Amino acid sequence: MARVLIENITKSYGETEVLHGINTDISDGEFIVIVGPSGCGKSTLLRMIAGLEDISSGTISIDGRVVNTLEPKDRDIAMVFQNYALYPHMTVFKNMAYGLKLRKFSKKNIKIRVHQAAKLLQLEELLERKPRQLSGGQRQRVAMGRCIVREPKVFLFDEPLSNLDAKLRVQMRLELRKLHKRLKVTSIYVTHDQVEAMTLGDRLVVINDGYAEQIGPPLELYEKPASIFVAGFLGSPAMNFISAQISADGKTAQLSEDVKVPVANPLSKQGITEKKVTFGIRPEHFSLSDKEKTGLPLRVDHAEFHGASTMIYGRLPGNDELITVRLPHIHHISPETVLMLTALPEHIHIFDQKTGKRI
Amino acid sequence: MIKRTHFKSSPLPYLLVAPQILITVAFFIWPASQAVYQSMLLEDPFGLKSEFIWFENYVLLFSDEIYFSTFLRTVVFSSLVAFLSLSIALLLAATADHVVRGTRTYRTLLIWPYAVAPVVAGTIWMFIFDPTLGIVSYFLHGIGYEWNHRLNGNQAMALIVLAATWKQISYNFLFFLAGMQAIPKSLIEAAAIDGAGPARRFWTIIFPLISPTTFFLMVMNIVYAFFETLGIVHAVTKGGPAKATEILVYKVFNDGFIGLDLGGSAAQSVILMLIVITLTVIQFRYIERKVEY
Repeated sequence: MARVLIENITKSYGETEVLHGINTDISDGEFIVIVGPSGCGKSTLLRMIAGLEDISSGTISIDGRVVNTLEPKDRDIAMVFQNYALYPHMTVFKNMAYGLKLRKFSKKNIKIRVHQAAKLLQLEELLERKPRQLSGGQRQRVAMGRCIVREPKVFLFDEPLSNLDAKLRVQMRLELRKLHKRLKVTSIYVTHDQVEAMTLGDRLVVINDGYAEQIGPPLELYEKPASIFVAGFLGSPAMNFISAQISADGKTAQLSEDVKVPVANPLSKQGITEKKVTFGIRPEHFSLSDKEKTGLPLRVDHAEFHGASTMIYGRLPGNDELITVRLPHIHHISPETVLMLTALPEHIHIFDQKTGKRI
Repeated sequence: MIKRTHFKSSPLPYLLVAPQILITVAFFIWPASQAVYQSMLLEDPFGLKSEFIWFENYVLLFSDEIYFSTFLRTVVFSSLVAFLSLSIALLLAATADHVVRGTRTYRTLLIWPYAVAPVVAGTIWMFIFDPTLGIVSYFLHGIGYEWNHRLNGNQAMALIVLAATWKQISYNFLFFLAGMQAIPKSLIEAAAIDGAGPARRFWTIIFPLISPTTFFLMVMNIVYAFFETLGIVHAVTKGGPAKATEILVYKVFNDGFIGLDLGGSAAQSVILMLIVITLTVIQFRYIERKVEY
């Protein structure tokens, strides 16, 4: 168990820099999720912590010790790979014992540790099998077991659930969470799946294009996304974005030629006037207006029934962007109806259109 | 109703396989049966007529001590060539797997010797080690070691082993490299995290995983050393000195075409054919045991 300190980490391949100074302080026993779209550099960051990639600049320290130049084996970490990377010619037992054997544990000790881990992961029956005789979920558990037996300071996960089917993924997610509660080992988990990120992490690091866009607890990121990217990335279905022009007095926003809406007070107090902004409103935060004349007029394109909720897709006048609205319960709404939508001021996120940052 | 066309036989499939069948018949079945037939003939000293003598050629062969010692020599030669070319190729492939700069050049250079004809390869090595002209024998003389493979049987054997190995390394290298590159990188990384250094990773992870390749190459190398080295032996030592480098396939050639004992030579080649068939059967039986990644 250890604190992992990542300071100003960059990574370049030749001239191209793919990570531009990442800073994170991961405290002891924390479960941190690095999340971002494919190719954003999140796996590279994890591999740098593991020692599988060189660090171009900056420092990584584990438990107070700078590990920049240490070999992976000397960093006291364990890693679960996306394809599990089980040794195909070894039995489950040998797969789990390999690291212990290399670390010169006694035969008796190895046996005790492997059996303990196997019991924890319900692998006892499978110890004599070869990886190819196991199902995806079982392989995944063996990969976990191989990490657990070593009792490392840090667990690293590189999209460990992405090769499983949807149902198993949900189940393994729960198991991972339970396991972490039990072992309390500092864990760094990389994924591109925002649901996994939201449910697993104590804190998330959202990475986009090699920059850490925002770091914080899942709920904070969901409620107060620091940028358009974070806002659009977290939450499903994704947040709606509507571009608008704030008026000179900062009291109204022009959404399109015909639509003008009043803006809540704080905006003008912040001195935001005559600015191009992007409003972000989550589909679940819209509600139907009581009064017929106020709100955003949404022309319905089509509606879907999801049982517990109804998804409505439509467009605002003078705007081609499809807007998604999630209303609780079942609503029978026919296409071409115009709905008046409202949202609470605290649920409206405003971003600077130029910088993409939250205002 | 089933359409008639389903049952109409067309000559097309037969035409399509015909070239392959023709080649097999012309270059394998026919010569092989000729060899079997000739191995039961006894030629008169002037080559005017021959007599059918059933298995007498084989009986003669198996009671011949020279044939037995040739057999042993071939086993020694083949094992040396197979072992050396496999281990050197394995070493080179393991290194090539790590080379970052100039990978292509390195690989291309390693593949070249395979394109060299056996006789040419033999001639190259013969010149390098020539007791009077050779550069290596000159250096060996300089450090006080007398090299003359025309007089020293062991040196002659070492030379043909060297030449045959050199030529086969390329082939083995290619297969080993392909085998190693088929191993997922994450396995090696997992082993590195588990605490294995490069040497340990090689012996506990890479080597077991390429064992099917190794087995395949072992059989191929033995077949190579048994049969394809005729050109090398002929160019370098002609089986000498005093039969010190006469291996089975060279004896077939020597007895048949130089000694003109066609029946005895044919009998030897039939035995060689049986050895190849056995090796091929073993190959097909066990190559199926593939490792899943």
